[in-house]
Amino acid sequence: MALITARGLQKRFGDLTAVKGIDVQVEPGEAFGFLGPNGAGKSSTMKMIGCVSPRTAGELSILGLDPATHAAEIKARLGVVPQTDNLDVELSVLENLTVYARFFGISRAEARRRALELLEFVQLTERANDRVEPLSGGMKRRLTIARALINEPEIVLLDEPTTGLDPQARHLVWERLFRLKQRGVTLVLTTHYMDEAEQLCDRLVVMDGGKIVAEGSPRELIERHSTREVVELRFSLNEMDELGSIAEKLDGIAQRIETLPDRLLLYAADGDAAIAEVHARGVVPASVLARRSTLEDVFLHITGRTLVD
Amino acid sequence: MLTMVAQAKRASALFERNVVVYKRLPWNIVSGFFEPVLYLFSIGIGVGALVSGTFTVDGEPMSYALFVAPAMMAQSAMSGAMIESAFNLFGKMRYQKLYDAFLATPVGPNEIAWGELSFALARGGAYSAAFLVVMAVMDLTTSWWAVLALPGALLIGLAFGGLGMAIATFLRSWQDFDYVTGIMYVMFLFSGTFAPIALFPAWAQWLVQVTPLYHGVELLRGLTTGQVGPGLIGHAVYLAALAAIGLTIASRRMGKLLLK
Repeated sequence: MALITARGLQKRFGDLTAVKGIDVQVEPGEAFGFLGPNGAGKSSTMKMIGCVSPRTAGELSILGLDPATHAAEIKARLGVVPQTDNLDVELSVLENLTVYARFFGISRAEARRRALELLEFVQLTERANDRVEPLSGGMKRRLTIARALINEPEIVLLDEPTTGLDPQARHLVWERLFRLKQRGVTLVLTTHYMDEAEQLCDRLVVMDGGKIVAEGSPRELIERHSTREVVELRFSLNEMDELGSIAEKLDGIAQRIETLPDRLLLYAADGDAAIAEVHARGVVPASVLARRSTLEDVFLHITGRTLVD
Repeated sequence: MLTMVAQAKRASALFERNVVVYKRLPWNIVSGFFEPVLYLFSIGIGVGALVSGTFTVDGEPMSYALFVAPAMMAQSAMSGAMIESAFNLFGKMRYQKLYDAFLATPVGPNEIAWGELSFALARGGAYSAAFLVVMAVMDLTTSWWAVLALPGALLIGLAFGGLGMAIATFLRSWQDFDYVTGIMYVMFLFSGTFAPIALFPAWAQWLVQVTPLYHGVELLRGLTTGQVGPGLIGHAVYLAALAAIGLTIASRRMGKLLLK
């Protein structure tokens, strides 16, 4: 049985429709991702799943229960890592876990046992008795993740788990999340980092403007919406204005050619072959880079390159 | 019944959280006890010495300290409940986003409201009990009815706690609290606290009688001086009604604000 099922799920805030009827199914043990630019409706969807935002329309079932009528029962079995850390700054690191455990009705002794184990898991044992405020961003994030695990949840919801973290901190968070996944915990996360989605997600949906615009595994999405490789051609400054005509000259070399303000992108199955053909047509770029297609290419292709604020 | 037990348990988790926080801030707790005591000494005893022999209530001579002490008790019950329920609630809700974290657990907005309120009452009740002991030691309680001043003070706390929570859900910024503290201060000065309201012009008397602190002051003064009559029931009903209205509004508004 699917752990989360949504059908025609909608969320409206006054005139604004944040989520415009989406269908989602998350299976046990899966790492499922919501990808999308800001304002795509990812966080609104997560809040509805987390039972802290009533849905406007549609069906939603979590662990076989309806959040409108069984919020407390569902929340008892969820772990939530919100977008911005909301740790209790008036408590110590350890107390943040033990006090939180009490909200789930966990006994004091058991709360302490779990808290110490979780601090070990997120590598914060040495900071157990420190205040929360002086912790680094990465440490706060890890503590928030530990807090989300205090009730041994079946599903962990992570809203942009590594936004704002430095690379070292991000990798540590990913590694811990990967371990959770190996233990069979179902992960549901939102992100706008494509590398994060590729690292963590078995399956994902791309959201844009409140709708789901693509769905599949990272591999499938790349195969479906991009080519195997991408060639990036950069030109000298005085050729910048002529990129359009250069692109015309290269017509037919690749499946698709995208003209950006500062470079041309050639979507092709074989990057090296495409480069050879570029040279054969007498085009001499300032620099050439052939790389494998990433989820980022898919994402930008589907949701467009326009800046969303 | 079972769900009510579960709800009470979850509300008590919030109570526990506050206990853990304040264990680390003992002076924060102790200082709340001194405020009414200092007023009692400076005004009740100090000013009381100046008006000794000339101060009368309804034509009867009365010790000024005896008159002021229950008012200080009522005022401290009011401000204690308001600080905890309005100011702290607002900060936790708007700035710390603390309740968002709690709401991810099985706790709901109503349980948060009850948890905070019960903590405010326990804290206020402890101050009131201590103050009542001070009054008894200073011979400022003239009747055994004074024992009921403690539940009376808790009722004041409940009324202002409910009111404070309801207000907190409407305020937009800390600046708005200036109005709240301003109104509290005016009530503190004129609710029959330092002078019987019979001395005021009729329109002012009427105005004072509409505001809640007056009813708290009259209730406690009646009990500590043993002037018990049916009027006290009226004051108690007023406070209970205020508590019920405040809590109803607060729980609806908190549900709306927290579960968007």
